[in-house]
Amino acid sequence: MTDKNGFFDLSKTGLTRRTALKGLAAGAGLAVAPGFVRYSQAQSSAPVKIGFQSHRTGIGAAYGRWYEKTTAAAIKAINAAGGINGRPVEVVIEDDGTDPARGAEVVAKFATQHKTDIVFGTLFSHVVIGSAPAAGEAKIPYFVVSEGHHVASTKLNRYVFQPGITDVKSQIQSMAPWISANVGKKVTMIYPDFAFGYDHRDYLPPALKAQGADVIAQIAIPPTESSFTKYFPQIPAETEVIYHVMVGPAVLTFVKELGEFYGSSRPQLFGFIDSLEATDINSPGLEFLDGSHFWEGSPRYAQPDDSAAQKAYRAAVGIDDNGAAVGDPKDVSTAAHMFGCWETLYVVKKAMEDAGYKGPEDRAKLVEATEALTAFAEGPEHPQGAKTFNGKIHQCFGIQNISKVEGGKLKVVHKTKIEDGLYEAEGDYTTQAL
Amino acid sequence: MHFGPHLLLATLEGLVTSAVLALTALGLSLVFGVMRVVNVAHGEFFMLGAVLAWAITSAIGGHPALGFLAALVLAPLIVGAIALVAERLVLRRLNYNPEATIVATIGMLYIIQQLALTFYGPEARPVQPPFSYRILLPWFGYSGYKLSVIAASALLLIGTWLVLTRTKIGLIMRATQYDSETAQAFGIPVGRVYGGVFALGAMLAAVAGVLIVPISQAHYLMGQDPLLLSFIVVIIGGLGSLRGTVVAAVLIGMSDGIISMFFSPTLAKIIATLLVAMVLVFRPQGLFGTQAR
Repeated sequence: MTDKNGFFDLSKTGLTRRTALKGLAAGAGLAVAPGFVRYSQAQSSAPVKIGFQSHRTGIGAAYGRWYEKTTAAAIKAINAAGGINGRPVEVVIEDDGTDPARGAEVVAKFATQHKTDIVFGTLFSHVVIGSAPAAGEAKIPYFVVSEGHHVASTKLNRYVFQPGITDVKSQIQSMAPWISANVGKKVTMIYPDFAFGYDHRDYLPPALKAQGADVIAQIAIPPTESSFTKYFPQIPAETEVIYHVMVGPAVLTFVKELGEFYGSSRPQLFGFIDSLEATDINSPGLEFLDGSHFWEGSPRYAQPDDSAAQKAYRAAVGIDDNGAAVGDPKDVSTAAHMFGCWETLYVVKKAMEDAGYKGPEDRAKLVEATEALTAFAEGPEHPQGAKTFNGKIHQCFGIQNISKVEGGKLKVVHKTKIEDGLYEAEGDYTTQAL
Repeated sequence: MHFGPHLLLATLEGLVTSAVLALTALGLSLVFGVMRVVNVAHGEFFMLGAVLAWAITSAIGGHPALGFLAALVLAPLIVGAIALVAERLVLRRLNYNPEATIVATIGMLYIIQQLALTFYGPEARPVQPPFSYRILLPWFGYSGYKLSVIAASALLLIGTWLVLTRTKIGLIMRATQYDSETAQAFGIPVGRVYGGVFALGAMLAAVAGVLIVPISQAHYLMGQDPLLLSFIVVIIGGLGSLRGTVVAAVLIGMSDGIISMFFSPTLAKIIATLLVAMVLVFRPQGLFGTQAR
């Protein structure tokens, strides 16, 4: 078994079969010997392992990068304050490539190879939907920081939670009255042609209808599209409001082309900040956004009435008053979503402590303890604002911000209340077997 | 919007797509025509052009046009050099064997993509257009830069045509394409011609990448779409035929612009694929291709 250069010639290494067998036997003996219990002390001091499914590559990369920064900051704060149940927390990161199939593989890898206690992370709805069955199969709690209605719809399974960020159905419902009263009543929607976009497509029309406003056209755009001008003629002339929500690398192009198309004589614009996350509002071509409105989960720009907790959170994550990385004004954050990572990790900490969580054998207890949570108070652990949590649908409800673009900055002009976004539960995860 | 302006916008969008597609597909067609190499990594040279354009424009300050012009010159040169090295190191050692080069260029595709991911990162990054003039039509506004892309592409295509038909370099290339063994017998350094053609093909894709980047940002995965469309164009137009490539690019670009605007983008893709199937059944050498001997 040697090649001509002798690279694979083991005979020269001095490792004989006898020594190899001896070594193996000694190793095996040591492992089974009484007294050699590697985790005899682990119950109290081995780290809690959190598997972080991150969009490191693919179209969600900008979110992934900031989700990682926020998570690192939260873990640092949690560990500095004594960890979870007195144990340090350790994060294992795997790239899901913003791809559902890869997402499911990553969840399985966390469960079987890294043996993490839970899986955490990820934003894009198709990855969450693709990964959820793998989490349910492995019976590993899967805490997502997505935004879609997929968790709250109870179409996934009992192991999937979204406790740190509100869902689209709730966001839309709480903002529709403001849109109809302040922006306009004839609305044309432009949304991405996949699950996250469908939440907007399905829930905005009834929410606006209830306010006496109408969706007069719906334009779905494939997620891989990189040029949008050709869709704009479908916008009816009588449109008063263009409601836009685009995601992925082409967002800047979308807004720029909208500007080229309309110039100053445009309808009112109301956008989800997803159309501009991680993008500098002062990028060339975006001047025409001045005066338009955006939904923001958490404000990108520091606001005059920011709480002490919000300021501390911003400092910990490392973003300046403009929502860009401290020291690099070009590295704009995904501030409207990434707070969800911070808050979700504190929910995990609370639930693990409530459950007296010791290790993977307590995963079912952790699920039940999370379902038992009802409210999170605003503060250092929840800097975005107070939230309620519905254990039956595994979804939290919180406040939303509506911001206006003024002088190249986003200024919060309206905050909704938690009650504005509440809706009837569509099912009950707690009836599913663990 | 009324039918007239709607059609006008569709036509403009279609022409921009056609212009970029013609450049990219021409590179692919040249490489196949002369070398008989199906370059699956062609889209990555397009992506490299865009990514390098971002790097060059962000390194050069001042007016955006300065950086952009520098990128328009430097990015294709760098990409051409990379392609030349790849050709010497990989394709030549495989003796341009058709099956082996397909697998090798697939490997190149992944290597280039991963290197871009490693050094450039996964973000989509914008590049400022050299000028931002908005042409105001009565019904809508249109980007002046997009129109200039059509003009630039037309100039480059005419330039390539002149080189191929009116210069000695073109003559040598055509001789090599016609019969490489006889060309070699007449003292044409076929190996060097192959290296040059491969680099030229990559450079055409890179120019297309530089032209597109102020419209649609640089991203490490952006090479996939143009590759597929280029293959469609090259099959319809006929391999190695410049005229066929241009006609097919206009056909595909316009149908993409108009059908996807009035009906749906999926239908445009379906029709393009159907067209490929039809061409392969009824005219396997392509609309303007010559019968293989």
